[in-house]
Amino acid sequence: MREVAIVGTGVTKFGELWDKSFRSIGIEAGIKAIEDAGMSGSEVDGIFIGNMSSRFINQQHIDALIADYSGMATRNVPAVRTEAGGASGGVAFRQGVMAVASGMHEAVLVGGAEKMTDLDDASTASVMDSTADAEWEASMGLTLTSLYAMIARRLIYEGTATREEIASFAVNSHKHGALNPNAQYKSPITLDTVLRSGPVAEPLNVFDCAPYSDGAAAVVMVPLDVAKKMGVDYVKVAAACQASDTLALFQREDITTFKATTSAAKEAYRIAGIEAKDISVAEVHDDYTVGGIMALQDLGFFKKGEAGKAVLEGQAELGGKIAVNTSGGLKARGYPVGASGVAQIVEIADQLRNKADKRQVANAKYGLAQSVGGTGSAVTVSILEAI
Amino acid sequence: MATVAKEWREIPARYNLEGSECGNCNRKFFPKRSMCPFCRRNGFGKMHPYQVSRKGKVFTFSVIHEAPDCNRNLKPYAVAMIRTDDGLLISGQLVDVDLSKVEIGMRVRSVLRKLDEDGASGVIHYGFKFVPDL
Amino acid sequence: MDVGIVSYGAYVPRYRIKPEEIGRVWGADGKGMGKGLKIDQKSVPSPDEDVITISSEAARYMMQRVPEVDPKEIGAVYVGSESHPYAVKPSSGVLAEVIQATPALTAADLEFACKAGTAGIQMCMGLVGSGIVKYGVAVGADTSQGAPGDALEYSASSGGAAFLIGSEKIIARINKTLSFTTDTPDFWRREGQPYPSHGGRFTGDPAYFKHIVSAAKMMLEDRNTKPEDYDYAVFHQPNGKFPEKVAKMLGFTPEQIQYGLLTPSIGNTYSGAVPLGLANVLDKSKPGDRIFVTSYGSGAGSDAFDITVTDEMKNYKRENAPTLEKVLENPVYLDYALYAKFKGKIIMPE
Repeated sequence: MREVAIVGTGVTKFGELWDKSFRSIGIEAGIKAIEDAGMSGSEVDGIFIGNMSSRFINQQHIDALIADYSGMATRNVPAVRTEAGGASGGVAFRQGVMAVASGMHEAVLVGGAEKMTDLDDASTASVMDSTADAEWEASMGLTLTSLYAMIARRLIYEGTATREEIASFAVNSHKHGALNPNAQYKSPITLDTVLRSGPVAEPLNVFDCAPYSDGAAAVVMVPLDVAKKMGVDYVKVAAACQASDTLALFQREDITTFKATTSAAKEAYRIAGIEAKDISVAEVHDDYTVGGIMALQDLGFFKKGEAGKAVLEGQAELGGKIAVNTSGGLKARGYPVGASGVAQIVEIADQLRNKADKRQVANAKYGLAQSVGGTGSAVTVSILEAI
Repeated sequence: MATVAKEWREIPARYNLEGSECGNCNRKFFPKRSMCPFCRRNGFGKMHPYQVSRKGKVFTFSVIHEAPDCNRNLKPYAVAMIRTDDGLLISGQLVDVDLSKVEIGMRVRSVLRKLDEDGASGVIHYGFKFVPDL
Repeated sequence: MDVGIVSYGAYVPRYRIKPEEIGRVWGADGKGMGKGLKIDQKSVPSPDEDVITISSEAARYMMQRVPEVDPKEIGAVYVGSESHPYAVKPSSGVLAEVIQATPALTAADLEFACKAGTAGIQMCMGLVGSGIVKYGVAVGADTSQGAPGDALEYSASSGGAAFLIGSEKIIARINKTLSFTTDTPDFWRREGQPYPSHGGRFTGDPAYFKHIVSAAKMMLEDRNTKPEDYDYAVFHQPNGKFPEKVAKMLGFTPEQIQYGLLTPSIGNTYSGAVPLGLANVLDKSKPGDRIFVTSYGSGAGSDAFDITVTDEMKNYKRENAPTLEKVLENPVYLDYALYAKFKGKIIMPE
């Protein structure tokens, strides 16, 4: 198996991109990544797209759409669309890594794209709810937000985190989002703002939840040996792991931890040959504040019961113990679902290549990205290494 | 819109909490499974119908304010994960309850209620919800 | 062979609204209306309740009290109502599935205004008595609608009771049943119309009173009994006053009708009214008690029953399900806005 490197990244603005269609934002990110890699694009021999739901734009066969509009179909380049709820992009990334590592592909383009604002809010919410168990959770009247809310209530009940600590994750994300010109929300917020925003599913409020967004992100990957000769800034993919868990939250033994995260993380640290404390910058899946807090524990950055306190105290900020969600995370940077997993990789890769501008973490050697589907039914954990 | 078959198939589970028991390890599951996720091959052909207990306790809950269209006339409403008396965890709505008084540990029992309908001229879907067990 | 009630169950939704609250919205003296009807409050179903869910709850209580009865031995299920959720697709079919009596049984839905439930009891008696089925289930339940601002809005309520009819281990033997039926247009609802219409004061003497008195007198004559021979009497109760009046007319005392008269505290549950009244009496009864029942359904007809509580009542596991008194404890009161929301009277967006 060969080692793999990321040689180019690209990301669009995230937000309500009314005048951009799905195909145009997907292509925009891809072109940026290829140009960043100093390539012409004709080297790409495989495309992997993370896209959560064709229901948002009523289009199946997303693979063909992207291959066509990115100009790759004229060369009949194979394209694959991956779906795993919120982890769609993370899964696409891992598929791309495997494609190059195995020797079956020489240069792949991994993208993630989502166009959510072409559908009304209620329908969009319904699509998101279907990443839970559609038959036994969504059809019974539960929403995805209510599932995370029930997790939050349990965390609070068990004394693992307070309501304020959970809410502080959004404050952390917004603080960083304010430094990201591509973020959907560029203003910092206070804890009070989160706590006083309207309830969505108690105890989670509007500001505990990531927005609906349009956006795309892309990376180009080649074998590490090839990257070394290209004369561009690159990072090594130290690990790209994935784990599954039950579809429904009620089938878990413990709902306050995502076993898929701990399992994928354990494997990722082992393969990368490092420990959690070696990670200086991380992008975690904060589609809900409570998900972000759980991630910090499940990834081993903080002990159970201490992550909330740490975030509230600012230890997850730039300059803190570990810089978490310097992009602004899902909450502030935006959450075009299928794009998020790839956008996280873009942020980490940029951090390790010193291209993170005002959000730059100093001397980061290892960065981690965690992407989650549903209520932790699929989780990808990827570790990048600065060479 | 889904055909009527999709909901009809689930009637034993929706009306009477019928799940499965693995004849090999005796673990119980809801909803039913054709394969025990623990015994796998050793459980083939040994999965039997099992009726989950209708009584239990609230394990965790949430009050939904932003409701899906089908439940918009019920908002705000409570949903919960219930630990049944026979040890399973199932989720559903918690109704006929003072929303400000729902607590983890509250005793509940399952009842039949309307879940949804396929529009004014469509089929009505019934299923289980939970009420306080006084 | 003896035929009678083997088990029963009763359910009324938790919510209530008072007549003064209804009157407030329509500029009427609601309290006065309530006094005139002798109704203190009426029950209101939750938005997710209907005749099928109410029947299910009552029937489940009924089955819980006879754990030794295998539901597969139920040979017939009838649900009588004037607010069946479907015009075509029987509530009884769903109920049969809920109590796990399927598939070897007959089922059908009944309508005869407020006496559809008691008609079902008669049908079950026929099937059991002729040996065609071992057990039959008859339910009377309604979630009746009263037109906003109309007099019926103060009384039309929701609830139901279920009876398991059989010939073994009978807790209440039905000694006789007979009926008095005519074509009398006192109260009706056309297909597709949301609210019923009625003939105003015509619903009194030529309708309610004529049919109940006629059926009751036929029964007393048939049984060669007098009102004082009975411990309890249950009459149909569209309001709290009619049953008091008809009881007096026939010679029954207020004490005899007190347990069977629930309308003052839950409103008129239509097809559920006499079944619920009978269930409440059975909750309070003891072996040897004799019960006189006469229902009334507009259109019009009355079903009368002469019932004796048996010694088997001593063994009956009534405690396996809540009594009606328990079910009626701690109701939740609604204002008119919540009432309108619950009853689906608020126009929601498409």
